[in-house]
Amino acid sequence: MEQLIAQLKHEIIEVLNLTELAPESIDENAPLFVEGLGLDSIDALELIVLLEKKYGLKFGTADEGKKILYSVRTMAEFIRNNNKG
Amino acid sequence: MKEVYIASDNIITSLGFNTDRNIENMLSGTTGIRYWEDGRLSPEPFWASLVDTEELTGRFSAFNDPDKFTRFEQMAICSIEDALSNTDIDIAGDRTLFILATTKGNISLLGDGQSNLFKQEQLYLWYTARLLQQYFNFRQRPYVVSNACISGVLAIAAGARMIRSGNYDHVVVTGVDIVTEFVLSGFNSFRSLESGPCKPFDKIRQGLSLGEGAGTIILTGNPLSAGDIRAGHGFSSNDANHISGPSRTGEGLYIAIRNTLEKNDLPVDYISAHGTATPYNDEMESVAITRAGLQEVPVNSFKGFWGHTLGAAGVIESVAATYSLANNLLIKTQGFETPGVTNPIHVIDENAKKEMKTCLKIASGFGGCNAALLFYK
Amino acid sequence: MMVDPFVITDFCIIRQNRVVKNGTTLFESGETTVAGFMTAIYRHFDISYPKFHKMDNLSKLGFLAAELLLSHRNLKERYKGDKVGVILSNAASSMDTDRNHQQSISNRLDYFPSPSVFVYTLANIVIGEICIRHGLLGESTFFIEESFNPGRMHQYVYQLLEEEVIQCCITGWVEFDSSRFEAVLYLVQKSDIHPDGIAIFEPAKMNEIYLQRT
Repeated sequence: MEQLIAQLKHEIIEVLNLTELAPESIDENAPLFVEGLGLDSIDALELIVLLEKKYGLKFGTADEGKKILYSVRTMAEFIRNNNKG
Repeated sequence: MKEVYIASDNIITSLGFNTDRNIENMLSGTTGIRYWEDGRLSPEPFWASLVDTEELTGRFSAFNDPDKFTRFEQMAICSIEDALSNTDIDIAGDRTLFILATTKGNISLLGDGQSNLFKQEQLYLWYTARLLQQYFNFRQRPYVVSNACISGVLAIAAGARMIRSGNYDHVVVTGVDIVTEFVLSGFNSFRSLESGPCKPFDKIRQGLSLGEGAGTIILTGNPLSAGDIRAGHGFSSNDANHISGPSRTGEGLYIAIRNTLEKNDLPVDYISAHGTATPYNDEMESVAITRAGLQEVPVNSFKGFWGHTLGAAGVIESVAATYSLANNLLIKTQGFETPGVTNPIHVIDENAKKEMKTCLKIASGFGGCNAALLFYK
Repeated sequence: MMVDPFVITDFCIIRQNRVVKNGTTLFESGETTVAGFMTAIYRHFDISYPKFHKMDNLSKLGFLAAELLLSHRNLKERYKGDKVGVILSNAASSMDTDRNHQQSISNRLDYFPSPSVFVYTLANIVIGEICIRHGLLGESTFFIEESFNPGRMHQYVYQLLEEEVIQCCITGWVEFDSSRFEAVLYLVQKSDIHPDGIAIFEPAKMNEIYLQRT
């Protein structure tokens, strides 16, 4: 799980162009949106593309998306639960 | 100050090839947004308002060889031809300007299969404008306004300003955009498309419907060549907040409306809103309209009929709005059933007669841009 | 003597591998790629704006040119945000990013259009980025011209200034097409507020500045 989390941090930085951020500085339990990294709606959509493209996972509703994208950890759990990571 | 009149206009959409036909369909509550399965445009089925290609080609054949012009160009030319046919204005000479409003022009040429057929320059909007200039023998080099979804309103406002200042006597403003795989795929990636015809201002709205079309408004400083409708002053403003999400406080749209109201100094009898039917846009518009004190003014969106026609929207919707103004007619907001914005604005939910002197057209777009323009009689 | 009402108080040119401000070369880079060049500018001038890295090439270019154009000006001191306009033009619209987006949809078996790419497939987004950075809420328009046309830009901007729609304007040319790029931005203000402008705001002066060798 920890490996997946570390990998995800790298991938998030890459797809969201968070060039000035070091992966270690991302707290996997902190919220990604509103507070924490303060990502926006386009970032959310890009993370959805990441999950689809890299991990072959699709979303249902927008609410489901919100829960899954809450933090790096919840994203990793979603991937793991769907046996894709 | 000099007045700017509307001499003639045209709308080409899924609902017809001229203004009257479009209005007729709208009054009978017909939407042009349909379900499509077209693998060339999208791997998945989609809803959109598309111009009938066969009819377009047929009509264009009366003017020129359809094999020599792209679908975009055919739409633009048919629109201008129709508008010109309904006015005695002489567009020859230095005192006429052509303004093209579009977001993507011939972008469909970027895709596979077509790139061999046409020149690379056709991808560039200045080239397309020049093609239209040469086609109609406009003496002056055309302006091209490419400013997201407010392009049409900006173009009309700019045209009116240029006539008022004495730079030109007539300005032909044409807004065109077509539905392409390029644009459809992009909006799909935003997950901002409604699964069905869009529902502006409605409680259960989920997103927009894409549409395509061409619209032309011929502006003139010569009252003898025109009807009663005039284009007043229009303004734009940037939210300076986010490049794709509208400002929660409707800042830019409020400023554009405020400036428009101040300069024109006339009360507003009817608002033609942008009303894309995305959760955020319609909410933001209701905020801006209320901040401007216009919450009691009847407001509609035409996008339930034509979808969001991007660069064409500002023009075709202004044509429908000025038609409404001229005929004291309020056209219902197709797709709207239950109020779904926080500020209780007065959404027109059935066709009605209303004595009107003015109409406010507003629009917003990606990049945080907003525009407003007042028409009056 | 008639005083010209509007003056160019600053200009910034980014072209080839140089950044020129008000006639002085501020930065020269040995970077061989455009991306490298623009990142080098960002770092050299100690700009701190993480969103920069999300922008497409056109927006990065316009952002950097505006950043340096305004570096010694505090527009907020003089003008309300909604009195500063941004009127820009180019020939290629957002063609560089358009190709990028097209590429992402060219293979149905690997079909992943990116929202953060698609959002930049509109030329006016660069105006949005500049407005967000500097808090500018004034009149803005993006025009497409075959080549930089100072006469037409001047006419449009002059009218807005004359009618007091705006009191100050960032205007010019920001072009990015494949590896061909250039940004030439002018800051235009009223001469009674700013008597020591670099040049009168007129097409000939704009053209002279545009043609400066870099």
